[in-house]
Amino acid sequence: MGLAARFAGSLLVSLRIALGRLSLIFREVYFSGVRSLSIVAVSGLFVGMVLAVQGYEVLQRYGSAESLGVIVALSLVRELGPVVTALLFAGRASSAVTAEIGLMRATEQLAAMDMMAVDPMSRVVAPRFLAAIFSMPFLAAIFSTAGVIGAWIIGVKLIGIDDGAFWSQMQANVDVRIDVLNGLLKSIVFGTAVGLISVFEGYFAAPTAEGIATATTRTVVISSLSVLLLDLLLTVMMFRGLS
Amino acid sequence: MTSFHESEMIALKDVRFSYADRPILNGIDLTVKRGEIIAIMGGSGGGKTTLLGLIAGRLKPQSGSVLVNGLEVPNLRQSELYGLRRKIGMLFQFGALFTDLNVFDNVAFPYREQTNLPEEMIRTLVLLKLEAVGLRGAKDLMPAELSGGMARRVALARAVALDPAVMLYDEPFTGLDPISVGIIGRLIKRLNRALGMTSVIVTHDLNETLRLADRVVVLSQGKIHRDMAPEEIRSTDDPFIRQFADGLPDGPVPFHYPGRDYWSELMGQ
Repeated sequence: MGLAARFAGSLLVSLRIALGRLSLIFREVYFSGVRSLSIVAVSGLFVGMVLAVQGYEVLQRYGSAESLGVIVALSLVRELGPVVTALLFAGRASSAVTAEIGLMRATEQLAAMDMMAVDPMSRVVAPRFLAAIFSMPFLAAIFSTAGVIGAWIIGVKLIGIDDGAFWSQMQANVDVRIDVLNGLLKSIVFGTAVGLISVFEGYFAAPTAEGIATATTRTVVISSLSVLLLDLLLTVMMFRGLS
Repeated sequence: MTSFHESEMIALKDVRFSYADRPILNGIDLTVKRGEIIAIMGGSGGGKTTLLGLIAGRLKPQSGSVLVNGLEVPNLRQSELYGLRRKIGMLFQFGALFTDLNVFDNVAFPYREQTNLPEEMIRTLVLLKLEAVGLRGAKDLMPAELSGGMARRVALARAVALDPAVMLYDEPFTGLDPISVGIIGRLIKRLNRALGMTSVIVTHDLNETLRLADRVVVLSQGKIHRDMAPEEIRSTDDPFIRQFADGLPDGPVPFHYPGRDYWSELMGQ
């Protein structure tokens, strides 16, 4: 824990320098975020479709099938969007970041950088960490949007729920501040956690094939558990007492 | 305060270093004059690379003094250390090229990071450096497309990009074919003379060392075993150096790792 705290401290110090070089951050946003778009969008679409099938099966028992849109939208925006996106991001992008930094360390690329008086924390670690924070809210929003579209395809086009009811109930019951902004806040917190874990594990990976394999596995496992734990804490803080 | 002579570029005084409780260097005294090329030789795990790490400020000694260009390296703050490192180049054992950058961008890296030169001038400087190592034509290749010798030459061009005062070489000949060894050796000598550098070369390659170095320092058991002229290696009857120079499997450095008595172990006693 002491090592992680010291690492987080030096990362914080290096953020100022990294923020002054936006091109490096944009490059990492492309590798981590933009290249995760397809998996996030397709996953969102399928999750939305499944939610619609399951939701309709329950709602039609109580004669509220028109509420399908709002149920799916709230599930996605509040919970599944940020959480599943963070889990996908941990598997798709963060593990790659860990492996990349671990390999750079094993092949002395970070040492070479350090010898050229270029701080690897500012040049390599901080841009990847910031890219995770910047990418996550956008990816979560895309996941939720794709999910709503998936639910619309199943609910409206295939099952035959009224199109107007689907959208109007969603519009009336999804609150921008309570639902959408809290969902985005969650995704920023998840991005911070997943980003920090991935760069930390990569930076301290043992410089062997086994060490890098272990580090990438640890990134995915620790990130996933952290996201779920943080989700519980944030959900309790954000939505307790709203009803 | 450790005394420092203007003619000395590097001065180590009674340097001790250990990893956890495993001592690596036990009181090293070494000076390297400006413009000199010294070779550090010795058995594997003998502390040669550690010595480079101490000179470069990548490691801190438990005790002793490490002076580079008059600066006490272990006492430098990060910004001061980076100031010093702008005058130090290092060639890593396997080049340590940035695998996501092509040859040109690898050599341009120090210019882009450390100077405010316009891109047009950086292009000229990079081409000059690549021409010096004979790889101007390979500027668009990625590191994965280079042979071991080519990668080492690109890394050398990158290491000398900012015309350092000190060059540190960590086993620059390891894993190279004889032609590449010869090329790298000649480049080291030529660059050292042309740029007026001071060079410290950690190496096992005896032939190349004899051609290159002004002095050879042999490390053994964490101490300087001998500090001598290269030609003495051929004539000395020192058992350790003879074993090292002649590639003898057994001698002061034993062939067998210490263990139980062979017969007793076979008999299960």
